[in-house]
Amino acid sequence: MNHTATTGGGAQAALREVEHHFDYTGRKLGMWLFLFTELLLFGGLFVAYAIYRHVNFADFHTAAKDLDLVLGTVNTVILLTSSLTMALSITAMQKGNRRLAVWLVALTVLCGLAFLVIKYFEWTAKISHGIYPASPELMKLPQGEVRFFGLYYAMTGLHGLHVIIGMVLLTVMAVVIARKPFRVHSFRVEDAEEPLAGARPAIVDAGGRPLWKGGVIDENVEHLSVVVRLKPGPETIHPSDYVSLENAGLYWHLVDIIWIFLFPLFYLIT
Amino acid sequence: MEHGHGENGGHVVSYGTFVGVWLALLMLTALTVAVSGVDLKRLSVLTALAVACIKTSLVLGIFMHLKYEDRIFKVMFLVVVVTLAIFIGLTFTDTTLAR
Amino acid sequence: MAVDVAGRPHALPDYLNHRAAYSGILSWVLSTDHKRIGVMYLVSQLAFFLVGVGLGFVMRLEMLTPGPTVISNPAVYNAIFTVHGVIMIFLFVIPGLIASFGNFFLPIMIGAKDVAFPFLNLLSWWLFIIGAFVAIASLFTGGLPDTGWTFYVPYSIQTNTNTTLALFGVFILGFSSILTGLNFVTTVHQMRAPGMRWGRMPLFVWAIYATSWIQILATPILGITLLLVMLERMLGIGVFDPARGGDPVLYQHLFWIYSHPAVYIMILPGMGAISEIIPTFARRTIFGYKFIAGSSLAIALFGSLVWAHHMFTAGIGERAAVIFSLLTFLVAVPSAIKVFNWVSTLYRGSIELRPPMLFALAFIFLFSIGGFTGLMQGALALDIHLHDTYFVVAHFHYVMFGGTGFALFGALHYWFPKMFGRMYNEKVATIAWALMFVGFNVLYFTMLLMGWLGMPRRYYDYLPQYQSWHVVATVGSWILIAGVLLMLGNLLVALKRGEKAPDNPWGGVTPEWSTSSPPPVENFEKTPTFTGGPYDFPTEVAR
Repeated sequence: MNHTATTGGGAQAALREVEHHFDYTGRKLGMWLFLFTELLLFGGLFVAYAIYRHVNFADFHTAAKDLDLVLGTVNTVILLTSSLTMALSITAMQKGNRRLAVWLVALTVLCGLAFLVIKYFEWTAKISHGIYPASPELMKLPQGEVRFFGLYYAMTGLHGLHVIIGMVLLTVMAVVIARKPFRVHSFRVEDAEEPLAGARPAIVDAGGRPLWKGGVIDENVEHLSVVVRLKPGPETIHPSDYVSLENAGLYWHLVDIIWIFLFPLFYLIT
Repeated sequence: MEHGHGENGGHVVSYGTFVGVWLALLMLTALTVAVSGVDLKRLSVLTALAVACIKTSLVLGIFMHLKYEDRIFKVMFLVVVVTLAIFIGLTFTDTTLAR
Repeated sequence: MAVDVAGRPHALPDYLNHRAAYSGILSWVLSTDHKRIGVMYLVSQLAFFLVGVGLGFVMRLEMLTPGPTVISNPAVYNAIFTVHGVIMIFLFVIPGLIASFGNFFLPIMIGAKDVAFPFLNLLSWWLFIIGAFVAIASLFTGGLPDTGWTFYVPYSIQTNTNTTLALFGVFILGFSSILTGLNFVTTVHQMRAPGMRWGRMPLFVWAIYATSWIQILATPILGITLLLVMLERMLGIGVFDPARGGDPVLYQHLFWIYSHPAVYIMILPGMGAISEIIPTFARRTIFGYKFIAGSSLAIALFGSLVWAHHMFTAGIGERAAVIFSLLTFLVAVPSAIKVFNWVSTLYRGSIELRPPMLFALAFIFLFSIGGFTGLMQGALALDIHLHDTYFVVAHFHYVMFGGTGFALFGALHYWFPKMFGRMYNEKVATIAWALMFVGFNVLYFTMLLMGWLGMPRRYYDYLPQYQSWHVVATVGSWILIAGVLLMLGNLLVALKRGEKAPDNPWGGVTPEWSTSSPPPVENFEKTPTFTGGPYDFPTEVAR
């Protein structure tokens, strides 16, 4: 993009926009590849689950009865709703509605918090009944049930860790969106020294009256650049404004998907 | 509702579509919980997993936008699923596991 | 200053002389320039390699006589082979050519200015260094890990040594590998210059692409497996521990689901480098470009299907053993296709036996022995006899050291002038190569025979009948190490006092040879457009 700057004396200098390389598809592709690694990370646990479940079918059935189906279902609904608010926030950003987007992200984080609170109650209940890794109570149970609870703590624990990470990520994103202007355009003035020497930069209105004047351009001036921050609006929205939120959202949806599988495998096999 | 397009290629999904998908997900959840009460023996695992797969497809396709992305994203996702299936499947050939 | 063909200085400063935001060491460790990151990986990896060589040297000294020789405590010997394995595998061979030369040359070979995510790239290197230090710290805080680099349960759960920290270090290293893989796949998909379609990419790029996929798909499985062992040690979770109802063979499955594909992470970039070197020094286009590119992908795929061939004697079921044995035979096919194609490239070529080519030819010989001995172990009946003997140790040193190691050194001699703008003494390089080749075979071929005769691996003590074999092997190790030190010393001297390198000392035709030696920060003076085939050599030699 090229613009021209004019001096009062009519001398011209070129304004060149500082290009920022932005690859929307590339950014999303990178995030999806990272999500694939997360899928495989949990995948290893699913391998263990599949094997042990196959061998200790009856014990898994028995142990699953110990889990609270109501709490599990509520948590499922909470996460599904959090995915909704997350997805809605992207649409809001795409329509230039920053305020709505931030609110929706905040709601998503709150859902995550609710999920964790319920999980906390579930775990403490189990622990108070003596069912926790390496507990004497647990070791008395049949082998299949020991395996069930080992996997239960490992898988829901790792999932919970990802919920926390997601919440932190989204909180940061909400703050960034709330505070950052949408787009920053930077222009460097090329060849400023000669034609513009002795001049002052100024912002003038339509009538030519200066609204603002800067210092004199002399040999102390190394370069002259103009930075324009565009205020948000539906017409000026650009993928670079919301790609980070989208990627954070992808992470959050993945956390939801993992739970979509954990829920039936631990709570619904009764 | 129509699907709009943001500037420079960001495909916009309407609020209504997302709410619709969410309702579908809730219904599927209700379904899978209800079915779990019925004793289907070995089939119960399959139905639970099948419903989980449908729910996942909705989240992947619409919430995560995969349906609207370039084909390469879908191909890559398929590669990942096949890889995981292979890891689980080939491990299962070892019948001496987990006695 | 770098000069072009006519001797005129290039307009842009090269990446080594570029004035960055920081100065001194910070201009390196805080640089997001893929070339500097590649050099940092190379230097770190070679440093770790030398530590690993030192440990190997001590092991071979110990094995000169049965019973204690230089190490009085057998537990210390166990710790030494564990650390030797962890360092060599995770800090040298797995990052191998991909972290070093892949970082440096991938963008250049597709005409790009850098990778897709330069900051993530720097993060990968930092995670590599941090992971290395955490793993090494485990040696100095609590007992030395002595489980072998494979960390098999239940011993890895029960041992009082500082295994948890070592596992955590490896976990961090896994992250580094994953992020690099992700970065490279995105780069290849998104950043090819005009005209650089998939069928025009240098074969090194295809190799890196295939390897990056393995890094993405397999490494997380290692991550979760090691994490579970850490949880078992710290919390008693009970997924693998038989005392708590776990299945130790399940651990082995999960461990090898990563660690077998890991060996293809190790070898594929090496094969990619060989595919670059041979056409240049035969002055002929590569034979069967499509098959070599395709075989890289095939190796990545089939290599993910064979892991339990490490477990034939672990007590897996017979059906599984047969299936995995068959799959193991299949994975040899794409590797063989590469060997046939490299050799066919030599046919009617104008062959120049300069150092990079010597390493490449040695690679073909050594990798073939490694491959054959691998096939032998894939046969169930033979494996019963050979498992856990020196035959296995020799096999994997043939493929990892004779294969990846020699490919790395070949790539180093090939790309050294490009990366550093200096030529090295080719006579000394050739002598070093000869010492390495002779020493390598004396050391490891002897081990093949020793293993066949029943010498077990990871044993501190042995029966007297094996002693003469051990002595021969140890002498081989001395010749090999002398060669390694001479080679590295020669290159170090060249950095300071080597003759200035021209843009294209070998007459190569891939994109990196069309830019200056060393390249400018943005790789090319202006973004290139690509036409023609990837290995089109002019009929006249014009250098």
